[in-house]
Amino acid sequence: MSAPSATAPPAPAGPGPKSPAQRVPLRSKLFRFESAAAPYAYIAPFFLLFFAFGLFPLVYTMWISFHSYELGGEPEFTGWENYTWLFTSDDFYNALWNTFTLGVLSTVPQLLLALGLAHLLNYRMRARNFFRVSMMMPYATSVAASTLVFAQIFGRDAGLANWMLSLVGVDALDWRNGDLSAQIAISIIVIWRWTGYNALIYLAGMQSIPQDLYEAAALDGANRWQQFVHVTLPGLRPTILFTVVVSTIGATQLFGEPLLFGGVDGGALNQYQTLGLYMYQQGWAYGSLGRAATIAWVTFLLIIVLVLVNTALARWRDRDREGARR
Amino acid sequence: MTVTTGVREAALAAPTPSSTRRRRYRAPDAAGWLTYVLLAVTAFVFLVPFYYMIVAASRPMAEMTQSPPPFLPGPYLWQNISTALEQQAIGLAIVNSLIVSGATTVGTLLFCTLAGFAFAKLRFRGKNALFAVTIGTLMIPPTLGVVPLYKIMSDWNLAGRLESVILPSLVTAFGVFFMRQYLVQTLPDELLEAAKMDGASATRTVVAIVLPIARPGMAVLGMLTFMTAWNDFFWPVIALNSSMPTVQVALNNLGSGYVPDTSIIMAGTLVGTLPVIVVFVLLGKQIVSGIMAGAVKG
Repeated sequence: MSAPSATAPPAPAGPGPKSPAQRVPLRSKLFRFESAAAPYAYIAPFFLLFFAFGLFPLVYTMWISFHSYELGGEPEFTGWENYTWLFTSDDFYNALWNTFTLGVLSTVPQLLLALGLAHLLNYRMRARNFFRVSMMMPYATSVAASTLVFAQIFGRDAGLANWMLSLVGVDALDWRNGDLSAQIAISIIVIWRWTGYNALIYLAGMQSIPQDLYEAAALDGANRWQQFVHVTLPGLRPTILFTVVVSTIGATQLFGEPLLFGGVDGGALNQYQTLGLYMYQQGWAYGSLGRAATIAWVTFLLIIVLVLVNTALARWRDRDREGARR
Repeated sequence: MTVTTGVREAALAAPTPSSTRRRRYRAPDAAGWLTYVLLAVTAFVFLVPFYYMIVAASRPMAEMTQSPPPFLPGPYLWQNISTALEQQAIGLAIVNSLIVSGATTVGTLLFCTLAGFAFAKLRFRGKNALFAVTIGTLMIPPTLGVVPLYKIMSDWNLAGRLESVILPSLVTAFGVFFMRQYLVQTLPDELLEAAKMDGASATRTVVAIVLPIARPGMAVLGMLTFMTAWNDFFWPVIALNSSMPTVQVALNNLGSGYVPDTSIIMAGTLVGTLPVIVVFVLLGKQIVSGIMAGAVKG
């Protein structure tokens, strides 16, 4: 068999090696064409589908956001009308604020708990896999299933949550119709589903911190807590940033939990209507797909800003830290 | 282009420093009793909702409103389940979910492994730019494109059909990223070189060398993809209706007030969740290590 890669001179990747091409037989030419084309053949199916159903809809969303587009109709250009409507709509600011408060209520405790849990899981122990798998069971449960179960637990008349409150002498709460109580209930669903997952991510990060750092810290007389603060946390910084970004984005996408907890309006007074739910309400309950696209596009811009702020904050703190060391 | 690739990659292949750095694990201390107590309490809190679901699904609704609520499962599980199956097409939904998740998993494994291999080990024009586009969209939630997606599927007369849910989820940027990371670490360049020397065609190289080595990574990606597809909520709720539901769509209908009996709702939820729970109990260890393996680079 001819082996062109072995015989050909290592020419620099310029305008194409012409001279060896004349020497090699047809079969080798085919062979070489196949290996030159192969990478594109491998990525083609992925990119075809990825562009058609991933990137193109995103750009198309922006286009639709400048149109009036009713369910079942065709888009008609209306310029900035949807944006004027959105930015003068009280519901939008309400949804934005709810997304923010729900995001904080669910993300902050979730990541703190996950960090503590990862620390515990990092010890050498019996039943390690049992603990890890049981922490991940909620992650394997769908949003719909977990919300339906928690909707029972947070029931007003017969829920487990109110029964437990009654044990400590607290009056029963009307979780679903409350303001803060409903947001807390929804946050608990989110926390329940995602804490174990984040704990595993942190655990993986902790296990890749080199041992000599801990030894050095121990030699310097650092106790367990100081080691956690000065070795573990700095070592986890990229992981923590990653989970913060992912959880923040996830918070802007909160949809199934409020929908199944209190219907398409996000509670009787929209008290837990999120941006995702607002988009669904406008598009598929009210039939204004143009407005729904506008909400989606604004959410997208918001996500970009959030990611940039997150990364900039991390960089800035990095530089701060470097400066302090010198 | 290809002629030079071999030489360069052979030169790059010699030192592989990536594995040496991660060898020094922190030797973990043994857990004290407090750690066990805290973990047991956490595991209990994480597992209680599952148990509550079983209790509620196996009793009539009236019994669940007692105070204190019953703590043991009752005898009505099968009765509640059969009522739930009658009221919502959960049997059909499970079949549909199997079709959707199966097709999604097969597509993702095939296309993402190929693309991941190309990005991990092959050299071609535009590689870096294309990979940057893939990674750049990793963070963008696909739900933001649902309005155009809905228009596309309506225009193609696919709305309400399973294809509308399968097509957009056939590939994920995460899948490509995951398989690339996996193959960069596990597929030795020497092996590809040797195949080239022996005159193996590109297709043969993939079938005989890349796929066997990629298999453990594909298994993990497959489990994660199946689970994600099974649990996918937003787009299926928009694209499908109650005559052709996936499990999540059926659960959404169950919970949307058409069925007032909470025990029936819980029975339906149990049936719809059971497949994933069974898979997780059987393969949980592998899924957990897969998520952790994917996380290190993330």
